[in-house]
Amino acid sequence: MITLHWVYALAGAIFAAFALLGLRDATNPRARTTAAFWALLALSMWAGDALGDIGNGVLVLGLVALAGFGGLGRGDGAVPAPARQARADRFGNRLFAIALIIPVTALAGTFLFKGLPGWVDPKQATLIALALGVLIALAVGCLWLRAGATVPLQQGRRLMDQVGWAAILPQMLASLGAVFALAGVGEVVGGLVSQAIPNGSLLGAVIAYGLGMALFTIVMGNAFAAFPVMTAAIGVPLLIRTYHGDPAIVCAIGMLAGFCGTLLTPMAANFNLVPAALLELKDRNGVIRQQVGTALPLLAVSIALIYWLAFP
Amino acid sequence: MWVLLGIAIIVAGFLLRFHPLLVILASAIVTGIAAGLDPLAILAAFGKAFNDARYVSIIWIVLPVVGLLEAHGLQERARGLIGAMRGATAGRFLTFYLLLRQGLSAIGLTSVAGHPQTVRPLVAPIAEAAADAQSGGLNDDEREEVRAMAAATDNVGLFFGEDIFLAIGSILLIKGLLEQYGIILEPLQLSVWAIPTAIAAFLIHGFRLWRLDRRLNAKRNRGEPAP
Repeated sequence: MITLHWVYALAGAIFAAFALLGLRDATNPRARTTAAFWALLALSMWAGDALGDIGNGVLVLGLVALAGFGGLGRGDGAVPAPARQARADRFGNRLFAIALIIPVTALAGTFLFKGLPGWVDPKQATLIALALGVLIALAVGCLWLRAGATVPLQQGRRLMDQVGWAAILPQMLASLGAVFALAGVGEVVGGLVSQAIPNGSLLGAVIAYGLGMALFTIVMGNAFAAFPVMTAAIGVPLLIRTYHGDPAIVCAIGMLAGFCGTLLTPMAANFNLVPAALLELKDRNGVIRQQVGTALPLLAVSIALIYWLAFP
Repeated sequence: MWVLLGIAIIVAGFLLRFHPLLVILASAIVTGIAAGLDPLAILAAFGKAFNDARYVSIIWIVLPVVGLLEAHGLQERARGLIGAMRGATAGRFLTFYLLLRQGLSAIGLTSVAGHPQTVRPLVAPIAEAAADAQSGGLNDDEREEVRAMAAATDNVGLFFGEDIFLAIGSILLIKGLLEQYGIILEPLQLSVWAIPTAIAAFLIHGFRLWRLDRRLNAKRNRGEPAP
């Protein structure tokens, strides 16, 4: 059966290719340490399960040491603009067709693979279909555009260098969340928030729940970490048991109040910092800055919706 | 209370713009020590979680495809296409993408689109090309703003679409947690209550995109010289 481990093997191969190509990249002043960083990530993809917990911890220390002390540089290798324009005129809308192969394969594969449970792990159908889409797009792209097989890897390496250490930030923050959970950070925060509610005020409790969800999500970068804490501290004892709120409405909209917090925090790296790197923004927080104007009114609306809809 | 020191380190580290990877590691070590954990246990917990979260980093496998297409003029082609379309504006295009992203997420197709696979190669260049045409030439700050808005639109569409889908992680988390308190709910009872906020998200973000269009159009009408 095809499982996520096949995709890890593919990802490991791609990171290894980035490392090998990076090693020979004369335009990158820190070619060796940059290559070592992607090589460690390839090792994690290939052998993460065999390394053991402490082994993986040491691997993370290596990644952080390489990136944290300025070991990552950027290579070049971009195709000059006039050449790109000439190729754009030549290949036309074929380029869009290839670009759409990945989302279309992911979409079709998700449905198709669920019907083939013996062949493909149904829980991971979309990620496996996404990887398949990448392989198809690469094959079609190289043939149709008459590009050599190293062109996509070289260009991918260039883009990867631009993303740099931000590439592993989401994984690092998920790991920090695990340490926070082990240390019981959530319970302490929940206790503090519940003490801040004015006595006997339903509106105060609703605001504390919605704001607490958003604030704790801003700190943790993840509404999933905030939700159990805020619901245990305020949602269940006050909103549901004391004021008889509808649990479905309180919790469903409460979670979305947390999502408003996700729009506002660098801790949600894969949504906010990674695209800034990927789109080559000068301001690391540029995406967050654009999201403030949507997140704050939406948070207010969500809190109001809980107050109006959940209570009899 | 001492375990909150780790949060203080995170906040201070991001505000002072220290290297985020070092800040995260420092926060994990301090939090673990404050909770009375052995340093090796902290390292093992961190390593195990890092390995378990590998699927998050799979998405980078799309970069070779994006790189191949960009080297062959994908962004230039996007500009050409938008230039030939009358009435295409950055705000209208992003509103269309917002609706599409919300709709796809609401039927559970969250990984079909995203920053590496659709925003970098398609959404951001198309929005930028449209904004360029309608404003009579973007300056650097406006170019940044349009790109950032493209990324923001993807996030808003994803977050406030996915909870409408029954089997998404957040719905299952809510259901599981409430069961611990003896409250039994069906996923459908939860997911329908994601709809009001989803509509509000579309209206608020759509309004902001409409305002973006007005600003860009006004610039051309003032006849400011292109940079």
